[in-house]
Amino acid sequence: MSATLNAPPVRSGIARTLLRRPEIAVASLALVSMLAIGAINPAFWSAGNLFSLLRANVIIGILSLGVMMIMLSGGIDVSFPAFAIAAMYVTIKTMIAWNYDGVVLPFIGATAIGLLLGLVNALFVTRLKMIPLIVTLGTGTAVRGFLLGVIGVSTINIDHMPQALIGFARTDLIDVTQANGQHVGLSAMVLVYLVLALGVHLMLRHTLIGRSIYALGGGEEAARRAGFSVPGTVFFIYGLAGALAGFTGLLHGSMIWIANPHDMAGLELDVIAAVVLGGASIFGGRGSVLGTMLGVFTLVMLTNSLIIMHIDTTWQRIVTGAIVIVAAAITSWRDRGRSA
Amino acid sequence: MPAPLLELRDIAKHFAGVKALDGVSLAIQPGEIHCLAGENGSGKSTLIKVVSGVNSVDSGEILIDGEPVGHMTPRLAIARGVQVIYQDFSLFGNLTVAENLSIGAELRERRRIVSWRRMRAHAESAVRRLGVQLDLDATVDSLPTSGRQLVAIARALMADPRLLIMDEPTTALTGREVATLFGVVRDIQARGIAVLFVSHKMREMLDISERLTVLRSGRVVAAGPIGQFDEPAITRAMTGSDIAEDPYVWSGDDAAPNLLEVEGLTVPGELDAVSFSIRPGEIVGVSGLLGSGRTELALALFGMRPTYAGTIRMDGAPVRLDSVQAAIARRIAYVPEDRLTEGLFLPETIDRNIIVTALPRLSRFGVMRMRDAAAAAARTIRDMAIATPTGDRPVTQLSGGNQQRVVIGRWLLQDPRLLILNGPTVGVDVGSKAGIHRAIRALARARGLGVLMISDDLPELVGQCSRVLVMHRGRLTAELPGVPAEHGAAGLRATERALSDRLKALV
Repeated sequence: MSATLNAPPVRSGIARTLLRRPEIAVASLALVSMLAIGAINPAFWSAGNLFSLLRANVIIGILSLGVMMIMLSGGIDVSFPAFAIAAMYVTIKTMIAWNYDGVVLPFIGATAIGLLLGLVNALFVTRLKMIPLIVTLGTGTAVRGFLLGVIGVSTINIDHMPQALIGFARTDLIDVTQANGQHVGLSAMVLVYLVLALGVHLMLRHTLIGRSIYALGGGEEAARRAGFSVPGTVFFIYGLAGALAGFTGLLHGSMIWIANPHDMAGLELDVIAAVVLGGASIFGGRGSVLGTMLGVFTLVMLTNSLIIMHIDTTWQRIVTGAIVIVAAAITSWRDRGRSA
Repeated sequence: MPAPLLELRDIAKHFAGVKALDGVSLAIQPGEIHCLAGENGSGKSTLIKVVSGVNSVDSGEILIDGEPVGHMTPRLAIARGVQVIYQDFSLFGNLTVAENLSIGAELRERRRIVSWRRMRAHAESAVRRLGVQLDLDATVDSLPTSGRQLVAIARALMADPRLLIMDEPTTALTGREVATLFGVVRDIQARGIAVLFVSHKMREMLDISERLTVLRSGRVVAAGPIGQFDEPAITRAMTGSDIAEDPYVWSGDDAAPNLLEVEGLTVPGELDAVSFSIRPGEIVGVSGLLGSGRTELALALFGMRPTYAGTIRMDGAPVRLDSVQAAIARRIAYVPEDRLTEGLFLPETIDRNIIVTALPRLSRFGVMRMRDAAAAAARTIRDMAIATPTGDRPVTQLSGGNQQRVVIGRWLLQDPRLLILNGPTVGVDVGSKAGIHRAIRALARARGLGVLMISDDLPELVGQCSRVLVMHRGRLTAELPGVPAEHGAAGLRATERALSDRLKALV
């Protein structure tokens, strides 16, 4: 006998591959779900449904990129929905007040607001050595409270929304005429998501700051001893995650033509569910952009398809909650006993 | 004579009023293996941190090649060729071997963009230089401890060090792995790299080093060529007192019934027809290589291999140990190897750590009887000779050896008949080790406790056990009788050699 209690259990080749490359597992889950849902309701495969599914990936997807980075470093972020909505609402309020209509400047503004708020998170995490969950719970709640208490509680609807933003978000990549004669388009915002995802992927994979995020997730003390600047990395990821949140907030408002300061409440769970489903470890150090994108796709597809399968929408929350728990259980099992 | 590679002159360092280093002087010659010995808290770690620039000094001088370096910083230490391999290796478990080996170079060269091809080439040359086999694409936490250590060594060598500091490198290694490590260390030395080997294991110091410096309470208490030392001399220097070696001799009644009888204990893939017995008051050692089934034997006796085949009898009556609850009900206690990481509630007090396993016995209707609990904790502190004035201090304030006693003492509160110890003194310094041994012996003698002691530490097995079982591939392959008291230290050495030979023959 060669296996001992301390040695890693010998697993079959397939199991090992799946554990090493969680992307394959998520992709298989997505594929099986697609086939199953398509079999129950063939309308799933219509261009209209597929396009709207992809469109629904955009907001959760970009937010997931930020959260995934933070989880890679061993942290967690629950403040981003508040940051996103704050950046969006403040930007649009300002645009209306100044009677300004445009696209580029507002997005820069919203991104900057998000960046600033993200850096506040980083400040608490590095200087006061606080636990990221508590920090982001606090900053998220405070920012949401500030928004509602100081900036405003009223929803800005389509009549008052800056038209240039709506016009930008309505851009389509391709147009298809369905069998029923309906025109459906694939939102160009999908492209925005893909470009950002590619950017984050290249950053994580091929830059030293990206590798420092993995190193930090592998062990903070080891990262420090190797010569990485731990505070530098923390500021970078929380700043970038905040910037992505701010950007996404405005994109979200533009896409739904409404600026609602109460929006995105509870969205953090969906995003964290998607990231964990995509194979990122809740203990840090493991995760990839591809996995996260697949996780987002699968989660959005499962929850959205409940509607076309005529299942009550309250089940969406149950499905999301279940996905968080099951996916986290699987990754914990995978990471169990490692680096103990 | 050329200037020493590294020289420390009269180094002093205080932490919050405590003298960690008090006038330490030390010289390391190029290419020598120098051993730094001392008990936990003697200042070894502080000395390493001073040399590596992590801690600044209060007074004194550090010289490299005879020149004072002034203010030492980590960056300067690395630039002057000092590399430290920490006890925890400081590796990234989630990254591949290749990236672990090369990320430091990318960082030193201040790259912004990393090249996977360049990193791989780097890693390949590092592994080649060390002359070992490593799977570059495996993640580090899929490697065994010895593999991780090789990665850490290979990484350190990439910086072209002139002095390699290894902090207790053998703690988590088996005997065979230690031999491999020593081969690597000698190989490093052959390239002219000096090695500062930090240890508290006597046998290893005598085996590997050329010069020895012993620290006690922040002072150098002995130094010189290794030839001037033997084990008692080192022990005396480290502890400041002699620790008598006297073998444990079982003095019970031969006719007394066995406490535990194991017959044909079999767990597929782990244990193969293991049979032995323990009498009350006996301390029976179990030796074997990692993976020999010794831990599995302990787990089976503690009810963690419920599907075992074979017969287990306690006091002559057959028992079925198919759950931990069943084992505890038979008053079997098991102190696992990793008790320090898993066994203690570090933020809690000593008292609470002691009574935690006995809560049901110390409570009525779910409410704790505080007076009984306090009495039980106080009794344990006395029995185990835990060095603390009071039990309401945080358990973290205790030394490693005393923490170990808390965990062992906790199980003794269960009033066990059979105590299974797995590596009872791993990572404990010489003085505390002797204290733990004394406590175990006293319990075996006074309470008629049967003890099964699994250990890698051969002197411990031979000195503390009334006999030693040798395991290999799930079987018991030999039994060495205890050493009669009149044979004393020489008898211990002889039995130890015999045991060592048997283990080597198994490889």
